[in-house]
Amino acid sequence: MTDNEHEIEQPDERVPKRVIGTPAPGTSLLGEAEPADEDVEVPGVTLQDEQKARKAERIVALCFFVTFLAAVAFIISYVFFQVGSPESTGVSNLALGGTLTLALLGLAVGIVVWVRQIMPKYSLVQERHPMVSPADDREYVADTFVRGANESGFVKRKLLRRTLLLAAAPLGLVPLVLLRDLDNSKMPGARFNKTLRHTVWGEKTKDGKPLKLVVEGTGQPIRAADFNSPGGILSVVPEGYEHDLNALAKATLILIKFRPEEIKSGVNQNWTHDGIVAYSKICTHVGCPAALYEQTTHHILCPCHQSTFDAADGAKVIFGPAARPLPQLPIAVDSEGYLVAQGDFKVPPGPSYWERGDAEAEARAKGGQA
Amino acid sequence: MTRITAWRRHPLARYAVLIFALALVGMAYTAFAQASQPADAALASGRVDDVAEGKALFEAHCGSCHGLNAQGTGTGPTLIGVGAAAVDFQVSTGRMPAADPGAQAPRKPQPQWVNEDAIRKLGAYVQSLGQGPTVPSAEQVDPKLGDAGKGGELFRANCIQCHNWAGAGGALTQGKYAPNLNESSPTQIYEAMITGPQAMPVFNDSTITPEEKRSMIAYITQVREQKDPGGFGLGRIGPVTEGLVAWIAGLTALVLSAIWITAKKRQKS
Amino acid sequence: MSELTTVPKAIGGPSNYLDERLGAGNFLKRNLRKVFPDHWSFLLGEIALYSFVILLLTGTFLTLWFKPSMMEIEYAGSYAPLRGVMMSEAYASSLEISFDVRGGLLMRQMHHWAALLFVAGMTVHALRVFFTGAYRKPRELNWIIGVLLLTLALAEGLTGYSLPDDLLSGAGLRITEGVAISLPLVGTYITFFLFGGEYPGEDVIARFYSLHILLIPGIILALVSAHMVLMWMQKHTQMPGKGRNNHNVVGAPFYPAFMAKAGAYFLFTFAVIAGLATFAQINPIWLFGPYTPADISAGSQPDWYMGFLEGALRIMPSWEINMFGTANAGTLPLSVIIPALVPMGIIMTGLALYPFLEQWVTGDKREHHVADRPRNNPHRTSIGISAITFYGLLWLLGANDEIAANFHVSLNWTTYVGRVLIFVGPALAYLITYRMCLGLQRYDAGVISHGVESGVIKRLPHGEFIEVHTPPADDIEAHVRGKRPVLMLPVDDDSSGIPPKGMRGPLGKLRGLMSKAYGGEKIPLDDGHGDGDGHAAIGEGSDDHTLTR
Repeated sequence: MTDNEHEIEQPDERVPKRVIGTPAPGTSLLGEAEPADEDVEVPGVTLQDEQKARKAERIVALCFFVTFLAAVAFIISYVFFQVGSPESTGVSNLALGGTLTLALLGLAVGIVVWVRQIMPKYSLVQERHPMVSPADDREYVADTFVRGANESGFVKRKLLRRTLLLAAAPLGLVPLVLLRDLDNSKMPGARFNKTLRHTVWGEKTKDGKPLKLVVEGTGQPIRAADFNSPGGILSVVPEGYEHDLNALAKATLILIKFRPEEIKSGVNQNWTHDGIVAYSKICTHVGCPAALYEQTTHHILCPCHQSTFDAADGAKVIFGPAARPLPQLPIAVDSEGYLVAQGDFKVPPGPSYWERGDAEAEARAKGGQA
Repeated sequence: MTRITAWRRHPLARYAVLIFALALVGMAYTAFAQASQPADAALASGRVDDVAEGKALFEAHCGSCHGLNAQGTGTGPTLIGVGAAAVDFQVSTGRMPAADPGAQAPRKPQPQWVNEDAIRKLGAYVQSLGQGPTVPSAEQVDPKLGDAGKGGELFRANCIQCHNWAGAGGALTQGKYAPNLNESSPTQIYEAMITGPQAMPVFNDSTITPEEKRSMIAYITQVREQKDPGGFGLGRIGPVTEGLVAWIAGLTALVLSAIWITAKKRQKS
Repeated sequence: MSELTTVPKAIGGPSNYLDERLGAGNFLKRNLRKVFPDHWSFLLGEIALYSFVILLLTGTFLTLWFKPSMMEIEYAGSYAPLRGVMMSEAYASSLEISFDVRGGLLMRQMHHWAALLFVAGMTVHALRVFFTGAYRKPRELNWIIGVLLLTLALAEGLTGYSLPDDLLSGAGLRITEGVAISLPLVGTYITFFLFGGEYPGEDVIARFYSLHILLIPGIILALVSAHMVLMWMQKHTQMPGKGRNNHNVVGAPFYPAFMAKAGAYFLFTFAVIAGLATFAQINPIWLFGPYTPADISAGSQPDWYMGFLEGALRIMPSWEINMFGTANAGTLPLSVIIPALVPMGIIMTGLALYPFLEQWVTGDKREHHVADRPRNNPHRTSIGISAITFYGLLWLLGANDEIAANFHVSLNWTTYVGRVLIFVGPALAYLITYRMCLGLQRYDAGVISHGVESGVIKRLPHGEFIEVHTPPADDIEAHVRGKRPVLMLPVDDDSSGIPPKGMRGPLGKLRGLMSKAYGGEKIPLDDGHGDGDGHAAIGEGSDDHTLTR
């Protein structure tokens, strides 16, 4: 409700409380105006001292002139400074940003001085009216609504009303149905769990061999004999999937070399080779790569939310919000001495989800360690 | 009054003296800091007399924690087999000899007896106890010979989880931390990778080759020498400092301007 | 130059043309001299408004080069240390904007700084409205719009933060996915639908892009307009003061004074954002490298407005339950769900419901146009400070790794301390704030009854020294006297010991208790010495009241 409604009802109350300092209601603002009578003292409007105003005008003018110069300098800088290297881009950024800032500041300061020292000081009073509409209006609206509802026949004609509702219901679903293909795989929801559990470590190469572990960033396969410094780690990805982000989001590993005596009972020894253990790098909390490894304590720390896992003891959680250990990948060496995957993780890597279930307990029940 | 006395009594004189003194201290510091920079010179595994002198140094400065024969004690690990590279890293960064046992030995100024020569001798002695990684040659760590693009990929895969994308360092568990890389020389970076000092894991040469390590060094040095094109780098630690600046500088400036715009001169009654 | 006597032709002509077609003259007649009250805190919301305008301007510039595609290409642009690296087109085009487009880096940085100030401006504006009670009738609806805007701003920030597809924004995206997939029942559906399949897929950048540049800003724009229209119609609240009451508004006219002030403030906001973009580097994506789900950096943080969620995730203990046994669906990762939903839920729902809860407790259905001074509604102020403490602690803990690294404290201890502080902090803040409010009220009562300290020491005939108090200036007195007691429900039992209607059930009893605590006048202004203990403080036995006049 704008003040408009009030005006229609009580034209005299609306504006007519003539705000001090505003033109009289009769004055046309858009056409001819009556001569300004600036000498008349209006309450609430205190004119500035002309002497001071004249001084202020000079300051304002100076500010505006600064803006003019800065804006010109901006255009010149644009033409003059090229970008490319961090150095040249830095110079360009400084020149363009500096001149733009100065131009805007000049204008801002100028206007503030103008308002504060040239325009009059105002303390005008305007009346407020309660927001609620007058009782008459409300009654009229209510009556009109009832009359319209009856005239339309919507109330009386049941068939019309019900079929309209019937028509609207499926129409409302249309946009929702249209969103179904947001999932490009179009797989039924029942298969989500199976998909999430599966990683490419369960795949074989074209000639039917298990996937090699390769170094992230170089793609080199890893000879177990080369990865021989205790306290060493490597970030490892599956052979052939080095740039497949979907595969990496579940299959990236952290490969750790231990002295044999350091390994505790939490680690499944059958899945290791010569003190080399592979864990999923994807944190079981919300999926950041948990990759900060301290070789003295064997702690793996996730930098996002500081879940800490004991790598020497099956990567069980010793601190932070993650609830489950990092899954261990069964690894072995092939005939040439390269590290390969024995198969997929036995439990789903990465963050938990509703359909997951307690896969660790399940795996234990089946006999293997998780 | 002579002219000099007049100058001396000039109101700006004290500032001039202050600036001069500051400049002098600054220059002295720079000279000193440069002097104490460990040279990248290759320290080949030493001659026989180096080993003997190294043993003497070891007994005097290291033996109390690491044992007189470097066999290790309750306060310091064994150094048999750690190699000359570990000695060079630990001693040249001032981490060893450690001042006091804490979560982690910090980088600090070297004690007076430490110089290139002493480090080489110590290294030769430790290397003689059991073969370990040796100090890399100048060519092995020359950033100019590395491929920064390739090195960047390896840096992101292996280093930034602890040391941050720009080598600014970060926190580890229980008060330990990954130090800032930007004070480390290329040699020290290389040595840290092959020896795994303190909590840091080892990246041996057979899985990450020396050429790859050199590329990583190339990336690290290139990025740290690079000017920040967007203004002050804010420590290159990301959104935390950015948020602080937005609130402390940005919002404060805007609140002050709001106060100025709306300020009233109190009418004197 | 002489002054105008008539409207110049250049303005009169077009105005006439428009008026004949739109009838705008009537509107202008009523509104050109609309009065706006003056107070610095009334400009805080404008920070958000103007930041939004700057976001639209700079954002449009960025769209001219940005490619919302996750296709992998080899970088061949100007930034040498990344040349030859495989990356998404989105990241490559963000690098292009930064290094190959003149002014591109400036615009990118201005966009990001403006985003930070947009949310910061909304936050301080919301706090101002809260603490002055400016959300009270008739402004509850505008308050709700404001809460919606704040929520949308967070969504807008989240989607925008992810677009450059650098390693840092990717970490944020991964956490978003981890949170989404943890939701019971619908989690996997939401993630598969959002990412077009498994994370990260090839669609999410394009989808976030259309949300970020079209859908969310469209809704924000509509809501901002509604926010402005309501403010205009209802007229701004004013601070208590001389000649100001619930039935008027005192201040400067829209034309020309307020218009100029608002224009100047827009320019200030613009200048501050441009200045930050010139001198302070923000989101240097070239240092982060391209996104891959295999890598992460130390110090991966969200922008400040997501920091409280990050902090909540960090201090949560590792709780996870399987509701229906081991092999079945029904996994509830509480260590994700609770921190992701509860703090945000408490804060946003609490904000949205507060006006209605307060009305329910106080029974105050009156219109309010004069703002409260925060001290004059001590429980509200305490609740607000308590909420700020809660939010602020979570925010701080979202940066606990930086705190640990830079101040050399143990990371683990920041978490342990945080887990305790998150409960103790808000409670302490409540108590302290409540006491401070009463103290300030007492001080106000003192000003009214004794005046203000003049700094003049006088020796009385019997040897006692006293400080002469002078009556406060008119405007200060009017400001202080603007205090109105907080309404209270009629809670007292009637003569036969029966509680009034509506206070009989357990809920009613609670309502009565809360009303009694929340409402009422704690320290009346005119009781002479403010709660009785002021007397002793001023000087034993002297009738200082007489000395003030």
